[in-house]
Amino acid sequence: MLQIKNLHVDLEEEDKSILKGVNLTVDAGKVHAIMGPNGSGKSTLSYVLSGKDGYEVTDGSATLDGEDLLYMDPEERAAAGLFLAFQYPVEIPGVGNMTFLRTAMNAQRKARGEEELSAADFLKLVREKAKTLKIDADMLKRPVNVGFSGGEKKRNEILQMAMLEPKMCILDETDSGLDVDAMKLVADGVNALRDAGRGFLVITHYQRLLDHIKPDVVHIMADGQIVKTGGPELALEVENNGYADILAEVA
Amino acid sequence: MALPEAKQTATEARLASLEMPGGAGWINALREDALTRLRAVGLPHARDEYWKYTRPDTLVQANAPKAALFAGDDSERFGGVDRLKLVFVDGVFDPDESDDLNLEGVKIERLAEASQTDIHWAKDLYGALEMRGQTPVARPMATLNTAMATDGVLIHATGHVSKPIHLVYHHNSETSDAILHHTIKLDAGADLTILESGPAAARFNKVMEVDIADTAAFHHVRKQGRDHERQAVTHIFARLGAESTFKSFTLTANGVMTRNECVIELTGDDAVAHVAGACVGDGDFHHDDTVFVTHDAERCESRQVFKKVLRNGATGVFQGKILVKEGAQKTDGYQISQSLLLDGDSQFLAKPELEIYADDVVCSHGSTSGAIDEDGLFYLRARGIPQNIATDLLTLAFLAEAVEEVEDEVLREDIVSRLADWLERRRG
Repeated sequence: MLQIKNLHVDLEEEDKSILKGVNLTVDAGKVHAIMGPNGSGKSTLSYVLSGKDGYEVTDGSATLDGEDLLYMDPEERAAAGLFLAFQYPVEIPGVGNMTFLRTAMNAQRKARGEEELSAADFLKLVREKAKTLKIDADMLKRPVNVGFSGGEKKRNEILQMAMLEPKMCILDETDSGLDVDAMKLVADGVNALRDAGRGFLVITHYQRLLDHIKPDVVHIMADGQIVKTGGPELALEVENNGYADILAEVA
Repeated sequence: MALPEAKQTATEARLASLEMPGGAGWINALREDALTRLRAVGLPHARDEYWKYTRPDTLVQANAPKAALFAGDDSERFGGVDRLKLVFVDGVFDPDESDDLNLEGVKIERLAEASQTDIHWAKDLYGALEMRGQTPVARPMATLNTAMATDGVLIHATGHVSKPIHLVYHHNSETSDAILHHTIKLDAGADLTILESGPAAARFNKVMEVDIADTAAFHHVRKQGRDHERQAVTHIFARLGAESTFKSFTLTANGVMTRNECVIELTGDDAVAHVAGACVGDGDFHHDDTVFVTHDAERCESRQVFKKVLRNGATGVFQGKILVKEGAQKTDGYQISQSLLLDGDSQFLAKPELEIYADDVVCSHGSTSGAIDEDGLFYLRARGIPQNIATDLLTLAFLAEAVEEVEDEVLREDIVSRLADWLERRRG
């Protein structure tokens, strides 16, 4: 589904190399986790895949179901089925959460040549999904992420994911800033979306999230490359011994 | 001090193009008085400090610059609101298009007719608030209006006015030059909503004086029309009694020259005055909001909220002042003026001022100028919203604080849809 080959990325403003040849394939139905120390390039990978400005791809490719992601606008990538759950969801004063969700859903449907969702159908759907994520009516009415707690912001990301039903979900440190209960709620939301047709790339520092979202494959990223790949046991190894051992081993 | 010759010449040239309307003794006296006052200060000149950001030339020159009529499809403004319509075409009252003037809780008359009667309540109000508004800053365009206005409405609200009075200003002649003067009086406890819409004329000079007695409430929502080439200089002069309310909102889309002045005097304790505006402008659009709020009583609240969206070299101006007089304790004054510059060619010129002579007050003011928030834009796009639609969403969100000053939901939605339409027509 998601195929990243030899991806090299520089930071535009600083002329600094961040990704130095990332190779990664996520198949449909699988959950891949990327772990790694600070500054290893995990978040950069998520931004480059979703199309944020400020990065220059100097080599390599990234495709989603064979479509070249890197030449698409962010909105085209979203319509193609890519979703990034932001590490820091952006506050947008003045734009209601519902308006935002509905505009996004219908824009994606339009881009795919599908019919737009009626107001009534949308409302029914959003209420149903919000309920399972314990998002109340007030949160839906408020401006996007404005005044939301850290946990509410992350739940709101998962709500968007549940509504948009993307093919490929990237979760960028979705566990950061969450307490245990909130993490469980978010993980339940993600698990509910796991199915044979959908791939996940879960970026995290800690093994804790992976107790709740069980990965099929775990990658360790360091200095802009994936240096080790293994099963769920690799995450436990990081938890117990830190990154130093693994990094020393591959060095 | 003698008037500079250039000013005197320009003033006389303008006056020579006008004829003072006839009327009963009381109004003639008020007009003559205004004419004398005008000749003492002269019409605005580009070198006047108060006109530093807006060149008054086209507003002052003897004849109106030609303004093409708006040719596009345009639905009726405030069409969804049950209201009493009074229609002016190029500044001339159109009785056939207007509704019957009878409405419960209010007496409505035309200035052109009322000014023929020997005794009228308006003799104590016509030009009176305009004159009070001349200090500390002269507003000669309003004085010219008091002297020369050919028509307008006199509205006396005595109680609850069951529906809004809508002043509709059509523009049918490319060279029309209209001067209208409205005088509005609200008795204690009365409440009234005035709607205004339309470009009015190639050049429009309008004054609205609003005298709001204790506990009365005045609401005003205006849309200045889509004709781009028209010129407008408008003044609102409001005086507020104790526990009274004044709320005014203006939407301006298009217009090569608009100067909207709003002069508010809070004279009774616990009064509330809000004045807000949202404007969207393109190219040679020039829009100036000049506001002067005087607190002269205790525990009054005033809010000024102005938002401007500018693109393709458009210019926005804000001059706003809060003057808190000695003794006006517990004043709560707020002023915000912000512009969203959609490209590097547009400019926003702001002069926020506070002048405070009381020691127990809360006053704040802020003025900013910025571009679309890139992080917000990326977030929306990452959810599949195309860039142009995402930009419009963020633009409407930027305007929201001003639009939310419109309390009535139907009117507010009407304004929002106008803004959305304007943005959609310009979508890249």
